[in-house]
Amino acid sequence: MRIAILGFGSVGRGIARAILAKNLDITVTGLADSKGGVIDPAGIDLAAALDRKGNGGPCGSPDVTPSDVVAKAEYDVLVEVTPTDVDDGEPALGYIRAALGRSKHVVTSNKGPIALAYPELRDLAVANGVFLRYEATVCGAIPLIHAMQEGLAGNTISRLYGVFNGTCNYILTRMAEDSLTYEQALAEARELGYAEADPTYDVEGIDAAIKLVILANTILDMRTTLDDVERTGITLLTPEALRLAEDQDCTIRLIGEVVPEAGVLRVSPRIVSKAHPLVVEGTLNAVTVGTDLAGDLTFIGKGAGSTETASAVIGDLLYIRDRHVQGS
Amino acid sequence: MKLEMKDQPGQLVAALQPISAVGGNIIAVIHQRETLAATEVLDVQIVLELPEEGSLPKLLELLREQGVSVVRIGEQRLLYECTLITIGHLMHTDLSDTVDRIDTTGSAEVTDLSLAMPAINSPSSARITIRSTTRAEMKKAVQILRNVAEQKDLLIIEPLEGI
Ligand SMILES: NC(=O)c1ccc[n+]([C@@H]2O[C@H](COP(=O)([O-])OP(=O)(O)OC[C@H]3O[C@@H](n4cnc5c(N)ncnc54)[C@H](OP(=O)(O)O)[C@@H]3O)[C@@H](O)[C@H]2O)c1
Repeated sequence: MRIAILGFGSVGRGIARAILAKNLDITVTGLADSKGGVIDPAGIDLAAALDRKGNGGPCGSPDVTPSDVVAKAEYDVLVEVTPTDVDDGEPALGYIRAALGRSKHVVTSNKGPIALAYPELRDLAVANGVFLRYEATVCGAIPLIHAMQEGLAGNTISRLYGVFNGTCNYILTRMAEDSLTYEQALAEARELGYAEADPTYDVEGIDAAIKLVILANTILDMRTTLDDVERTGITLLTPEALRLAEDQDCTIRLIGEVVPEAGVLRVSPRIVSKAHPLVVEGTLNAVTVGTDLAGDLTFIGKGAGSTETASAVIGDLLYIRDRHVQGS
Repeated sequence: MKLEMKDQPGQLVAALQPISAVGGNIIAVIHQRETLAATEVLDVQIVLELPEEGSLPKLLELLREQGVSVVRIGEQRLLYECTLITIGHLMHTDLSDTVDRIDTTGSAEVTDLSLAMPAINSPSSARITIRSTTRAEMKKAVQILRNVAEQKDLLIIEPLEGI
């Protein structure tokens, strides 16, 4: 199978390393980052590209733009792993439209286009007879979307709730463990690379809210936007509040919750019994899916990370290969 | 509540039926036959839960229509409990007023309050336990707390499991 990769950061490089390390039968014929690109129908030397990137250089030539890669490279699947933009989804949205328009499958880890334009993109994929898959957009390594679309097919999902943001979970875990203040725990998370320099997107619950919108719109047949999510972040939490919860064998976690029937879509800190399966430590993610036939299922795993997110992307790629791609 | 009814077949059913008619939930039925045989009256005690405060007069009326007399209505128990945590300038915004707004509903009350005040001028945290007679009253009490929190700029942390 031939793929083109847009974005050669944490996720893009994780995918390249996995392809190099394992015999996945995947050839990369196009690659681009923000500064340039490469197109090679015979297959790009990924080890050399990783080296160039490791030395601070671009992955390719400035003469080849990401749009060139999308429009001209010969590939079966476009892997779109550029940065998320939650306002207009660009430039990823344009790349995805162009690839689908060329009848190329698309796999993405980018929440923007899926949260903003899923119905349009799905219709475009269907019209062109290709797949659009986005497992990596929600909870990194956890195959939540596969599980709900395939494994739980036929079930009605009554409630879906859990820990969707590893950064917040890390901060809350540390506040509970060592009575750190919010500011101290955030500083620690930054030092360890778990939080961005500007943590707003995580700590205000925006990241978790976007994941809820993706699940609501793509799995639960809802038509929602980020503005529909009732959202409270964790910035005002105190170590005393965590201790008050602790006194009753409970703790506080940032929980995203969707109840389709009641139209509930909310992200807020909640008091949770420490015995609850959703109470996971550190940067882990955990999601409970309430269904009619299968009962409650809880998924726990790494919600981010280079290799972990690559795992979800590769799962989507092989799903497509096994069902669709011919002549590779 | 304690009921008195004729010791005839079908009477107990006649007494229980109105309870479900008003959406109530029967928790226990205590049947006593030790009364004097001559009176032909049956004493029954029923422990029940009603969906809301307003259902009680309706239930009494229905029971009267069935010829069942209510001898005594026992104490109302606060069956529902919910614990929340609030963060903010709790003292500056009059914590006792916050508690009062729930207590004055009459059917829900704050039964426990733990307060942690780390330093002057920094936000304090409190754990509030509310008890109520019915689920509907609990929902109402929590909604009152949400409204107060919005007015007073407090953060409310609700339990994961529904109220
Ligand atoms: N990291 C995770 O654990 C994780 C988990 C789930 C989902 N995601 C999502 O996956 C996507 C990639 O994340 P990441 O962590 O790999 O981000 P990243 O490390 O910041 O890498 C982004 C890559 O995209 C390139 N890029 C930026 N603008 C571009 C453009 N206009 N056209 C083509 N390439 C462009 C960057 O180029 P330069 O190298 O030149 O800067 C960089 O190589 C994001 O949408 C993110 O939200 C990430």
